[in-house]
Amino acid sequence: MQPVWDWFRWLYGATGINLTVFYDPFDRARFASGFVMTVELSAVCIVLSIVIGVLGAWIQGSRLRVARTVVHWYIQAFRNTPPLVQLYFFYFGLGGLLRGVGGSGPVVSNVTWAIVSLSFFAGAFNVEIFRSGIEAVPRTTVEAAESLGFSRMQTYLRIVFPLAFRISLPALNNNLVNLVKTTTLAYAIAVPEMLYVSSQVWSDELNVPEMMNVLLICYFLLVGILVYVMHRWERALRVPGFGI
Amino acid sequence: MPEATAEPIVVVDDVHQSFGEVEVLKGVSFTVAKGGVVCIIGPSGSGKSTLLRCINGLVPIQRGSIRVANFDVHMLGSDKEKIALRKEVSMVFQQYNLFPHKTALQNVMMAPMHVLKENPGEVRERAIALLTKVGLAAKQDAYPGELSGGQQQRVAIARSLAMRPEVMLFDEVTAALDPETVKEVLNTIRGLAQEGMTCILVTHEMRFAREIADEVHFTDGGRIVESGPPAELFDRPQMDRTRAFLSQVL
Repeated sequence: MQPVWDWFRWLYGATGINLTVFYDPFDRARFASGFVMTVELSAVCIVLSIVIGVLGAWIQGSRLRVARTVVHWYIQAFRNTPPLVQLYFFYFGLGGLLRGVGGSGPVVSNVTWAIVSLSFFAGAFNVEIFRSGIEAVPRTTVEAAESLGFSRMQTYLRIVFPLAFRISLPALNNNLVNLVKTTTLAYAIAVPEMLYVSSQVWSDELNVPEMMNVLLICYFLLVGILVYVMHRWERALRVPGFGI
Repeated sequence: MPEATAEPIVVVDDVHQSFGEVEVLKGVSFTVAKGGVVCIIGPSGSGKSTLLRCINGLVPIQRGSIRVANFDVHMLGSDKEKIALRKEVSMVFQQYNLFPHKTALQNVMMAPMHVLKENPGEVRERAIALLTKVGLAAKQDAYPGELSGGQQQRVAIARSLAMRPEVMLFDEVTAALDPETVKEVLNTIRGLAQEGMTCILVTHEMRFAREIADEVHFTDGGRIVESGPPAELFDRPQMDRTRAFLSQVL
């Protein structure tokens, strides 16, 4: 890789385009760690938000009214408030309260709060996405499963969910893309993700325009990879003649 | 056709059923002998499909009783009891209702494997035999979306048969098919009836009903208006309502 790094050093000398994140080992290391943090944050939040979505949608179809009401208000709370405000609420609001109880030092780290906050934020939308998928499964298909003797649980796991998931995938893709982009908000509570480390780099090196371009391209690639993977998944799950 | 034995396997007695304010069934009674074939005809909205759903325990009834084999359908409370009933009674629907994400073979295999918990190898053999019986062995790996309506309906019949039921319920199974494919589905049902399967059919195929049925019930407005052997009911209907209906459809 050394020739590549050297080329970026030459580029700076020749044109004044200062990409320290490539030729300076210190900047390179911190930008790489930010990149990794963004990938980790995204991956963990994607998984958790899907789990929240599946569970929430399942509870919404349950016979327990209390459980349905809890999920309903959870969705209202997280869909109707800005994600940055939620992040502040968790970190400064809840986090502050916990600190008050515990005495000294934060009980929950800022990274954990970011994961919790972003997962619940995206999860609220996922509940709605999966619920609409479940509702799109024809009632008659469920009836056929019932008439064959499938229990409620079997019907859900073997018939309703596999169909609902396929119906939900395009909408889920959108929400997950949004989630990856929303991880930049963790900047606000000093989570050292890609945007945060970039701001450190440009403060030190005064190369704001260069870093903005680097950021833009990095996020474009990251989201591009996610979209590619999701499309592959969609295609792998595609059922001939099912129409989606 | 084998002679129907005297012992009834389905006994429907004074069944009342309503959706909210609307009373759909207003006291329906009839019996079906083991191995018998009963056709239910009548105008749309007369409660024919609801009646079949009641027999299968998909829809609860408000009054009366339904007995199928050893099950008092109207008394079944828990899901477990209903599941036990559905091993005896299998239903084929107007819209086929196959599971779109499973191949034809998987559709047939699913219920015996997951409901009856039978050995997958044996289930597979039986499923292939059933698909062969309905003439679709070559299509076992096709998804429902790749099959014609008639083919889908025959897979649905094979799927129901895989549960080895005592009674088969057919709910207007040819109503969504084009005239040419109707025949292939009716041939399949005819074969079953000839083998001695107890069948209850809701149908608009009057010629078929006349040919296959031991007894035909004409329903209207949630009641059985007239019953009898097909030759009697179709040729010498006693009631004005039956005559009016038959003159429209025959």
